[in-house]
Amino acid sequence: MKTTTKQKIAFSILFLCTIIVVLPVVCIFWIIIKNGYKGITWQFITAMPTEGMRQGGVYPAIVGTLYLVCLSIVFSLPMGVMAAVYLNEYAKDNLLTRLIRLAIVNLAGVSSVVYGLFGLALFVTFMKFGVSILSGALTLAIMNLPVIITASREALASVPYSFREVSLSLGLSRWQTIRHSVLPFAIPGILTGAILSLARAAGETAPILFTVAAFYLPHLPKSIFDQAMVLPYHLYIISTQIPNISRETRYATAFVLVGIVFTMNIFAVIIRSRLRKKKKW
Amino acid sequence: MVINPISNFQRQTSNFPASPAGSQPPTATKIAVKQLNLWFGKVLALKNLNLEILRNEILGVIGPASSGKTSFLRQLNRLNELEAGFRMNGEVTLDGTHIRQVKVEALRKRVGMIFALPQVLPISIYDNVAYGPRMHGVKSKSEIDGIVEDSLKASFIWDEVKDRLKELATKLSGGQQQRLCISRTLAVKPEVMLFDEPCSGLDPISTAKVEESMLKLKEKYTIVLVTNNTKQAARVSDRTAFFLMGELIEIDKTHKVFTAPKDKRTEAYIQGKFG
Repeated sequence: MKTTTKQKIAFSILFLCTIIVVLPVVCIFWIIIKNGYKGITWQFITAMPTEGMRQGGVYPAIVGTLYLVCLSIVFSLPMGVMAAVYLNEYAKDNLLTRLIRLAIVNLAGVSSVVYGLFGLALFVTFMKFGVSILSGALTLAIMNLPVIITASREALASVPYSFREVSLSLGLSRWQTIRHSVLPFAIPGILTGAILSLARAAGETAPILFTVAAFYLPHLPKSIFDQAMVLPYHLYIISTQIPNISRETRYATAFVLVGIVFTMNIFAVIIRSRLRKKKKW
Repeated sequence: MVINPISNFQRQTSNFPASPAGSQPPTATKIAVKQLNLWFGKVLALKNLNLEILRNEILGVIGPASSGKTSFLRQLNRLNELEAGFRMNGEVTLDGTHIRQVKVEALRKRVGMIFALPQVLPISIYDNVAYGPRMHGVKSKSEIDGIVEDSLKASFIWDEVKDRLKELATKLSGGQQQRLCISRTLAVKPEVMLFDEPCSGLDPISTAKVEESMLKLKEKYTIVLVTNNTKQAARVSDRTAFFLMGELIEIDKTHKVFTAPKDKRTEAYIQGKFG
């Protein structure tokens, strides 16, 4: 066989694989939009559910999801970034550090239902936060930590070593160097990682199942110690637990959930490209 | 208005003496290295090094790759300590004080460094120069303005950048970036400046400009220049040291090293017989 023929075959296979990756995404979006767009009305987004959730909107579930996501980032972002700074900038390569790295990798591999049970045991029962937004947010925060730490470490490692040398050679302390010559240039990567991990958290069902999610609440949560309705769980129950609900409502709920996640991902891309333009080397 | 940049710089900075020359009787020796051995892991990078660096001289350090010249340079401001597996014995003194007894930040402030490739930070020209002084606690805007202007003048780049101080430093040409790095080091008012192959990535005209600024700077600073370009050492340094395999082979007045080297290996290296 000729070299050019071989090359053409290789390119075709590679291209085909790439297309196949994109296909499910396009299909999911297509199906959800096609079946759900009619259900998306202003009332659907801003109204409380009525008639046993068969009518009305998903407003409390949207609010609950946003509360949960925002509170979890408050816990996980500072902790994750600080741990990443320690691991990447200070930690010596010894047994302890290697164990910590191993733990982080393993934490990322734990299935989400295990996080849910862990949250139930630690936050709900042991620490007596009850089934509440706080318990759910902490559970999601722990689930997000390995992702944020890994993304932050990659962002820190991508800052050229020479920046640190320059700063140290001017007589700055190590902390000053990290604070002013390393972190500012790692922020785009850190933020992107954080938002992507949040987007994933927003769509998770298992970790919130036992820690925060309410089947139905007639009011919005008043404090972080309240239960809340959350979109993924709401979608799950209207799809499996409630008979005679219109197909359109289910797809519209999925539409809202995917829409929130998608919007967050778009935000991540915008932030990254904006900051990249400003801080380029 | 034409102002001689150097005299202007000296006049303005005379309020901040770079070295405590007034309090101590200045000796001819700025840095003394005695029986210095350096290891990286199991590799002995410098063997029993003894030499002195004199005040306000340019000491050129030449030698082939892995001769230990950069390790020697990075020892003078203790940058070697960042490497894993680094060990040393022997002593290095700056103005008679052992450099390991000085706080490392204070030492590096006094002994500045210019790296092989121009390492500007991806921030504005102004912020690059102001970076050191700001971090060292200079708050007043006008004082920082003054330091930035003086430092840029002292490395002969002021006229080229004065109208675009807010632009990104990474947009400058390589030669301008390297002179900006010199300004940035000058801004923290060092006493000694270490140049680690500062012209290895520059064209001949930029190289000439950097060399010209080094010759002016030695009036105020002590300079150590590590270079792969033996001709550069011949052009600018007062004395030249030749390193080979971690050992100091020869150190003497530059014209002696280049015209009548004592050691055959020095002669062979200078003539380009090995490299």
